[in-house]
Amino acid sequence: MAVPAAGMSQRLVNWARMKSPWITIFNSGACNACDIEIIACLMPRFDIERFGMLVKGSPRHADILIVTGHVTLKQASRLRRVWEQIPEPKYVIAMGACGASGGVFHGLYHMMDCVDRVIPIDVYVAGCPPRPDEIINGVVTCLNLVHEDAAHGGKEWRQKKAVPVTGTDTNICKVVP
Amino acid sequence: MPEVVVSIGPHHPALKEPVNFKVVIEGEKIVRLELDLSYNHRGVEKAAEQRDFIRVLPLLERVCGICSHAHSTAFAKGIEEIMQLEVPPRAQYIRTIIAELERMHSHLLWLGVAAHVIGFNTLFMWTWRDREAVQDTVEEMSGNRVHYGMNEVGGVRRDLTPAQVTAALERLPNLEERIKKYVDMVNSEETMLIRFRGVGKLSKEEALRYGTVGPTARASGVDYDTRKDDPYLAYADVPWNVVTDTNGDVYGRTRVRIGELWESLKIVRYCLENLPEGPIRVTAPRNAPTGEILSRYEAPRGELAHFIRTNGTDKVERVDIRTPTLANWTSVAICLVNQNLADLPVIVAAIDPCLSCTSRITLLDSQTKKTGVMSFDELIRRNRSRDQGLVRP
Repeated sequence: MAVPAAGMSQRLVNWARMKSPWITIFNSGACNACDIEIIACLMPRFDIERFGMLVKGSPRHADILIVTGHVTLKQASRLRRVWEQIPEPKYVIAMGACGASGGVFHGLYHMMDCVDRVIPIDVYVAGCPPRPDEIINGVVTCLNLVHEDAAHGGKEWRQKKAVPVTGTDTNICKVVP
Repeated sequence: MPEVVVSIGPHHPALKEPVNFKVVIEGEKIVRLELDLSYNHRGVEKAAEQRDFIRVLPLLERVCGICSHAHSTAFAKGIEEIMQLEVPPRAQYIRTIIAELERMHSHLLWLGVAAHVIGFNTLFMWTWRDREAVQDTVEEMSGNRVHYGMNEVGGVRRDLTPAQVTAALERLPNLEERIKKYVDMVNSEETMLIRFRGVGKLSKEEALRYGTVGPTARASGVDYDTRKDDPYLAYADVPWNVVTDTNGDVYGRTRVRIGELWESLKIVRYCLENLPEGPIRVTAPRNAPTGEILSRYEAPRGELAHFIRTNGTDKVERVDIRTPTLANWTSVAICLVNQNLADLPVIVAAIDPCLSCTSRITLLDSQTKKTGVMSFDELIRRNRSRDQGLVRP
């Protein structure tokens, strides 16, 4: 599909988006380890601010949402609400083993098991917890996604299409007994 | 003036972890505090009943990312006592080294966060930079920066090589200098004195009455430290002092924590220099005999207690974790009365709250007001039916 060439103003917006992604951190029930490693990223040693990142308290100011940890049942609706408040285009990074699959807490009674069940994820960062350099790598991967999305004119190019409904049979998900 | 309820959390710029405060204020003064701690509840205690002693330690480490060694040591220590295992002295010393490094990293982290909430971000950056030296040492010894995975029932999993010991010792003089700097700062820096002095005062009687533990209690003049009063690991062999203070306010708690940094550094140096030779673990039997034990441990935030009941199998029948933050919350509610709303973050931060350890729920029937116990499968069934509405389309 041919993408129309971006105009001057759109190119300026894309450039600004790449150079100053603001992040908001949401603790969805993590054990603190991922949180302190993210804060360590902001500190003089790793200094994530050199990518133009700034941690913002309000999701309305943010471009990237970093979710630390598995999602507890009580936090799930709050996470969803915070995600809905972030203006488009928004990106989500899930931290650690818990963010991907629940990690060591997989299958417990107060767990959603993974962030993916509540909001869509763009980048997974592995580790328990990920080292600050791995977090920086994840963030840079996310920035590359932002760049590619800007070139494609949106996120749709990397999202799976829904199965097309053919004929009159709309009930394609019917379970065969 | 009418009372106003200010609701803070669970997601709030000033909070690092999900908690909900309902602060009742009259003008600028706080009248009382209501708390909701259950956002972080994961059901670790129930999960611990499902896993054997090898698999339960990694789970218990992840109760809290800051005092992870505290939880696994408290549990391993209790199980070893039930099994009547004699843990080799080298393992005890290595556990002590990691425990004290953990205390140093936690206190430096706390000092940074406390400085951050009063808007003194320079100190925040400084302490976190110095904390990296501790993190490097821990990473060299254990292979990970946060969850160390050093413990197993019967000893430790990794030995310290002479090169690691030398590298750790070489980092200490620089840290020593920085801690001296912080001692100077807390006593002379006007920014900190104005915001810390006289804020969140807790008398010795109140500290005892409301059962505070750790630096919060010691800052009010309560001379109580599990490491001294009920020595475990290698603390009985090491020369060190309990740090107390008589101020009882946030200033006193800062002084206690900085004093403890100093003592921890001394303990780490002593243990590294006097590391005994020998094996690092004994083979533990698979099953533990029937028994009950209360294993106490001085975590960075105060006394941590694991109550463990075994039933002759390779799993615990019950493990109950009483974390220091849970013990200290009552004192926060007491300290806050008649304080300015603007001092709320610093008073809350002064106990170094760790909500991931503390979150818990009670099963309560809203009609009959009865509390109860439920099996793991029943809990799973109930919650799985409840979370259907939350799954994204």
